[in-house]
Amino acid sequence: MANLDCDYDVLVVGGGNAALCAAISAAEDGASVLVAESAPREERGGNSRHVRNLRVMHDQPTQELTDSYGEEEYWDDLMRVTSGETDKDLARITIRKSEEAARWMAARGVRFQASLGGTLSLSRTNPFFLGGGKALLNTWYENAERLGVTLAYHTEITELDIRDGHFIAARGSSRGAPCTLRAKSLILASGGFESNIDWLKEAWGASAENFIIRGTPYNRGKLLREMLDHDAQAIGKPNQCHAVAVDARAPKYDAGIVTRVDCVPFSIVVNREAERFYDEGEDFWPKRYAIWGRLVAQQPDQIAYALIDAKSSELFMPTLFPPEQADSIEELADKLQLDPLKLRETVGAFNRSIKGAAFDPAVLDNCTTSGLTPAKTHWARPLDSPPYFAYPLRPGITFTYLGVKVNAMARVLNSGGTAFGNIFAAGEIMAGNILGKGYLAGIGMTIGTVFGRIAGANAAACAKTTVVNNRTQ
Amino acid sequence: MTHPLQQAETTAIREARRVMEVCNACRYCEGYCAVFPAMELRRRFSGGDLHYLANLCHSCRSCYYACQYAAPHPFDLNPPRALADVRAETYQQFAWPAGFARLLSRNGVVVSLVTSLSIALLLLLAALLVSPQNLLGIHTGSGAFYAVVPYQAMVYPAAAILLFGIAAMVIGFRRFWALSDHSLFTRHAWIQALKDVATLRYLGNDGPGCSYPDMAFSNTRRYFHQWVMYGFILCFAATAVATLYDHLFHWQAPYDYLSIPVVLGTLGGIGLMIGCGGLFWLKFIADPVPGAPGMLGMDVAFILLLFAVALSGLILLALRETSAMGLLLVVHLGFVLGFFLLLPYSKFVHAVYRLAALIRYAIEQRKAPEARAE
Repeated sequence: MANLDCDYDVLVVGGGNAALCAAISAAEDGASVLVAESAPREERGGNSRHVRNLRVMHDQPTQELTDSYGEEEYWDDLMRVTSGETDKDLARITIRKSEEAARWMAARGVRFQASLGGTLSLSRTNPFFLGGGKALLNTWYENAERLGVTLAYHTEITELDIRDGHFIAARGSSRGAPCTLRAKSLILASGGFESNIDWLKEAWGASAENFIIRGTPYNRGKLLREMLDHDAQAIGKPNQCHAVAVDARAPKYDAGIVTRVDCVPFSIVVNREAERFYDEGEDFWPKRYAIWGRLVAQQPDQIAYALIDAKSSELFMPTLFPPEQADSIEELADKLQLDPLKLRETVGAFNRSIKGAAFDPAVLDNCTTSGLTPAKTHWARPLDSPPYFAYPLRPGITFTYLGVKVNAMARVLNSGGTAFGNIFAAGEIMAGNILGKGYLAGIGMTIGTVFGRIAGANAAACAKTTVVNNRTQ
Repeated sequence: MTHPLQQAETTAIREARRVMEVCNACRYCEGYCAVFPAMELRRRFSGGDLHYLANLCHSCRSCYYACQYAAPHPFDLNPPRALADVRAETYQQFAWPAGFARLLSRNGVVVSLVTSLSIALLLLLAALLVSPQNLLGIHTGSGAFYAVVPYQAMVYPAAAILLFGIAAMVIGFRRFWALSDHSLFTRHAWIQALKDVATLRYLGNDGPGCSYPDMAFSNTRRYFHQWVMYGFILCFAATAVATLYDHLFHWQAPYDYLSIPVVLGTLGGIGLMIGCGGLFWLKFIADPVPGAPGMLGMDVAFILLLFAVALSGLILLALRETSAMGLLLVVHLGFVLGFFLLLPYSKFVHAVYRLAALIRYAIEQRKAPEARAE
């Protein structure tokens, strides 16, 4: 069992990619490191367990990536999705260090592969982790063990002793027993607050009860709250979260990637009132899936149903749960507990409004509706080939944006803009500095790795200075 | 006789289907081995598909340790175990005659030992009936073995047993192949599959090896397996050369220590002992969670029997010029004949079905790289 009583150089709170990148960097610089992970060993790694790639700048094709993805294109992509809501200095650091970050990972045994089946759109920009995020974490934990990092699982920090902007000790519980952890510097890599439903309700009201949390149940935001209470400067809006539409039958937490439903562009999506509410064919699904969580969250009871017919049943990734199936729209409505007449009317109006054009799922095919509100602007085909299928949808929360402001050294800043002396942050808890809103696939992992390394190196250096200072005193 | 797939669906098939349906919605593991790319060509999994996928799986276990849905996750996925459970059913349901296959699925070690020692006893009786004084005598030079066990008693049962075993496995192979719509005679696929077998590609993971005996990647199991496989091939070659010597040139065993059959057999025997010993040791230290407990008896029986074949052969070689030769010879022949008699119902058949699966995989992947179910 981990020794929690000695005075470590660096305490890392969290157990995901950013936390382990920080712990490994600090340990490689000679620091003694304690990692406090709130989950038990079997569930370690936070949301990194569910990730699969990171976004990497590169000037020429690599073993896993095609073509090139230059700094300016990466920058433009980030500016586009965030509408400029980013700290430009930190964004530059993230992008410029992304290539080195991937090499650093590979040098420590992380294995990459080309983009997965069904993710062709990322083959140029994102190398994938062989086996996904849990395989990545296994490699990180092996590295950490080899470097002598102390790993305290099932250890949740709830309270920080901070005096004059200086971290003294962390309190919480380890395997059920109260503990006080001491270290010369602190790295916060404890994620966001997306699994804290009460907190989500502060921003979203009662509808948050119906959200499905795609990741770990351990991201409860305790240390984020604690730091904000200690006057850390907040960044990102509390009501911003990355939300996709997931299968409503998914478990409440931790179902990750498999509950996605990719049929929306080939479907019509109706709410509890059997009414359509948004253009399902606005763009390719990889460019639109991240808005559908919010769209469904705005519907009554936070539920919607994507309806397709036999023609479209195999045009998208296989799903975890089989769809509801019926030979008529009315029968399908019955199964979904929707008003059959109303659904018949919605489908009928949609079918009648379709203008003839050649359907092609591979391009924006301009198969569109006319005179219908809302319009469906691509891939509109009548629902007329039984059997009919339906997937129930709910908002699935991936991560939250609210975090703490950091500087280029990953030091946390207070509301006056002054850095805490020995407190650093990496990963989701500070990702909002760079990704103020919107989403760019894989950038969360890039931020976690780049700032994990920065935080680890600086926290180790900070701990060494503390030793020197103590000796001179 | 009902075809295996006309029988009611088993728990193992249903569990493998549940697992594959989750995997097909996830696909994070597709870089590990052949199972996942083969899975991705399908949206639904028939019983036949699952037998095919199960035999593509080499139980490298990488996917289990990488699985975000493994226990304690409520989905409780364990693909290597689910597929191994189906493989155990392949070995029973596709075997011919099917009833025999149940022999080794339980009490494999006992069945192997009893069979081998019974054969040894029969040979011993034959030897005693023909010339009791020869059994404990010292025999050297050409034809020395036949002085103990007569030619007819040695060659005819051996030939019959071997031909039966080969026929039974060919039938099993054809029944398994009948699950696919492809032509078996596809040259590129055989070349690819044999390459994959020769290098044991899917325990290699492109270099670092597999997660066996625990999570860390290692090539240990792959190397031990190849000691067994190439050891077996060398021993088989030794026997084949000796058969030619005997029947073509009328040069009778025992042969000189530096003759081709003895050199091949010695090297092969040593390889078998290293490989079987290593695999046996790994079995006992391996993480049991991704393993299939139902397969363990079969595995251990096969490893032990093969080890006994090699060990008894090497001891016979060492002591063939002493009075112990007669007894050692009947024991060794007992293990060899027992091994071949049980061959179509032993773990050896994993090679039969896995080869068929790899050939089918090579055909499918070349035919439909763009037909992936996306």
